[in-house]
Amino acid sequence: MATIVTDDGFIADDRANEFLDWTEAAQDPADLPYGAAVEIPNSLSGEELVPGFDRIAHLRICFPSHVDGRGFTLARHLRRLGYAGRLRASGHLLADQYVMARRCGFDEVEIDDELARRQPESVWQQSWQQQTASYQFLLQREA
Amino acid sequence: MYLYSEFDRTYVRNRVRMFRDQVDRRIDGSLSEEEFKPFRLMNGLYLQLHAYMLRVAIPYGTLDSRRLRQLAFIADRWDRGYGHFTTRQNIQFNWPRLKDVPDILDALADVDMHAIQTSGNCIRNVTADHFAGAAADELSDPRPVAELIRQWSTDHPEFTFLPRKFKIAVTGSPNDRAVTRAHDIGLRMVHSKEGQNGFEVIVGGGLGRTPVIGKVIREHLPEADLLPYLEAILHVYNAIGRRDNKYKARIKITVRETGIDAFRSRVEERFRIIRKEFLGADQQVIRRIRDTFAEPDYVQAPTAAFDDALRRDPAFRDFANGNVHRHKNPDYGIVSVSLKAHGRTPGDASSKQMRILADLAEAYGHDELRISHEQNVILPHVHRKDIPAVFAELSRGGLGTPNVGLASDIIACPGMDYCALATARSIPVARDIAVRLREIERDVGSLKIKISGCINACGHHHVGHIGILGLDRAGVENYQITLGGDATETAALGDRAGPGFPADELVPAIERLALTYLDIREDQDESFLETYRRTGLAPFQAALYPDAVPKGRGGHPERSNDAVS
Ligand code: SF4
Repeated sequence: MATIVTDDGFIADDRANEFLDWTEAAQDPADLPYGAAVEIPNSLSGEELVPGFDRIAHLRICFPSHVDGRGFTLARHLRRLGYAGRLRASGHLLADQYVMARRCGFDEVEIDDELARRQPESVWQQSWQQQTASYQFLLQREA
Repeated sequence: MYLYSEFDRTYVRNRVRMFRDQVDRRIDGSLSEEEFKPFRLMNGLYLQLHAYMLRVAIPYGTLDSRRLRQLAFIADRWDRGYGHFTTRQNIQFNWPRLKDVPDILDALADVDMHAIQTSGNCIRNVTADHFAGAAADELSDPRPVAELIRQWSTDHPEFTFLPRKFKIAVTGSPNDRAVTRAHDIGLRMVHSKEGQNGFEVIVGGGLGRTPVIGKVIREHLPEADLLPYLEAILHVYNAIGRRDNKYKARIKITVRETGIDAFRSRVEERFRIIRKEFLGADQQVIRRIRDTFAEPDYVQAPTAAFDDALRRDPAFRDFANGNVHRHKNPDYGIVSVSLKAHGRTPGDASSKQMRILADLAEAYGHDELRISHEQNVILPHVHRKDIPAVFAELSRGGLGTPNVGLASDIIACPGMDYCALATARSIPVARDIAVRLREIERDVGSLKIKISGCINACGHHHVGHIGILGLDRAGVENYQITLGGDATETAALGDRAGPGFPADELVPAIERLALTYLDIREDQDESFLETYRRTGLAPFQAALYPDAVPKGRGGHPERSNDAVS
C-alpha cells in the first residue's frame, strides 16, 4: 500500500484506488459526482478543471519522474484558479522536494513502499522542520 | 556592493547544512547517484572527465578583495592552487573531493558567497554587464536588478525542475556587453518615451547546438512588473517546454515551436493573474539593494601621472589603449586585466594572481572587482593617476598583457582537457592562436575569437567575429570556422566558412584570415567585423581555401561538409 507523507508524518492512504482517471473517464467535469477524487496528468493546463471545482474534493497529480517539474507549475496554477480541495503529488518525489511541493500548493505526497523504506519518515520530517523562510514569500508580501 | 542580510546568511548556511546531509546520505548509500544528481547540481557540483568540478557563483560578476582572497584560499586548501573563470561569471574549481565540498561551501558562506544554482535545470546565476556601475554609457546600474532576480529565483519552489537550464542576463547600457540576445531571457534597461524606467524583455535566445538570436517579447515592461512577468514566462515554459528530448528543451525551441506571438499571449494571460500576487515588497527590497550599490567615494586629484606615462612608456601606451575603458567619471578608468597571457589557459588564475588582484583592488580600486564573461578580471574604478602603478604591479605578477579586445583575448571553453562532452581540444588551440597572432594583433585591432570544444557552444563561437568549433571526425579533431558573429546589441550569428580544418592546419588558417583583413580593409578604422560586413564571405573564403575548386565544378571529396544541426 502506498504511504502518504504529510506535515505530521506518514499516514495510511485513506483514498486508495478511489481516484477517477481524468484522461479515461472524467473529461467532463460537470459529470463528476460531488466529492470526487480525480487523478490528472501533469500536462493539463488547469483551466479544463474549473467547471468541476465544486465537485472535486481531491486531486492527484502524477510526477512521472522527480525531475519533471510540470506538476509544481500545475499545482500552483490550480490554486490560483481557486481550487480549494485536497491536492496530492504522487510518483517519484523525494524528501528533499517536500517543501517545494507544499509551497506550490500540494497538501500531501504519495510515495511507494520502496522509497518509504529508503527515505523513512524521519527524513521527510527533517526536511519539513528544517526549512527556512523563502525569498519568494519575502518578495511577494505587502510592502 | 550588495551586503547579505541576516536572511541571506541564514539561508545560505542552511543550504550548506542540507547539502552536507545529502553528501552524507550519498556516501552511506541512502541516496542513489541518480537521486543525488539533481541536488549536487543545484549546489554547483558536476562530475567531469577526471573528477568533480565545483562551480561557484559570482553574482553579476561582482567581487571585493575579501571574497577574492577567500577564493584563493579555497584554491590552495582544497584544489590545485588555481581557479578557472567562465563565460558566465562563475569560477570553477576542477579538483575538489566530494567529502570536502560541504567545507568549501561553508568557506564560501563565510564571505557571503555560494554555489547555489550554478548548475542543474533551474534558473542559473544571473549575469550582468561587467562594466556595471562604472561605464560611461550606462543609463542605470543593472546589478540591483540582477540581485533582485537572484533572490527571487533562489530555490523557487516552482522553477527548480525546469525542462532545461535557464539563463538570464541584464544590461543597463545601450552598448550590450552582457550578450542579452543570446540568453533565455535578456533584459535591457530602457527609458520609455515618457521617460519611465523599464525593460526591453528578450526571450528565447541561446547558443548551443541550435543558435538563436532572442526575440523581443515586451518592448517596455514597467520596472515594478519585472518579477511577475519573469514568473509568467517561466510558468508557461515549465508547463509547455519539451521534456522528450533534451536538445529541444530550451525555451528557444519552445518559442520557435509555439511562435513568438502565441507564446507572448500565453505569457500575458498568466501575467495578469500573477501580477496581483506581488503586493509591493519587491519594490521595497530593490530600493534597499540599490542603497548597497552606492557610487564609490571618488578621489579628486590631478591625472597628470597617467598622461606622463602615456608619453614616456610605449608598453603602458599599449595597455592604456586596449585595457582601459571610459569611466563615467572622466578622472577614472575601467581597467581590464587580461587572463589571456599568450600561451596560457584563457580564464585561469592562480591563487597568487588572485591575491595580487585583491591587493590592487584594495589599494587603488575602491575595493571592487568584476569578472567578465570574456574571462577577464576588471578593476572598475581606478583613478587615472594610479593606472601606471597598477600596470606596473600587474606586469610584475604576469597579469599585464595588453591584449584586451585583441586577437589573443580569446574566449575558450574547457574542451577536451576537462569536459566530458568535448569532441575536441579548445584550450591548446587558443594558446597556439594567441602565440601565432602576437606579432600582428595590434595592427589587426578589435577581433573576437571564440572557441568551443563541441556543439554545446560554451565558448560562444557562434557570436565570435571568428568562431571555432571543434568536432570529432572519425576520431580526428576537426575545426569548423564561422565568420561575422557578433555578441553585442547588433547581435548576429556567424556564417559557416566551409569545410573544417585538422588541428595542425587551423592556426595558419586563422592567421590567413587576419592577414586578409589587413589587406582588404578600407583603412585602419574599419574593424574586422565591419570589413566582413562590407565584403561578405568571399575574400575570406578564398584565403581559407586557396586550392578550392570554384563553385559548381565539384568539390574536394575529403572536405565534404559536416552537417551541424
Ligand atoms: S562547448 Fe562542449 S566541450 Fe566546451 S565546455 Fe561546453 S560542453 Fe564542454
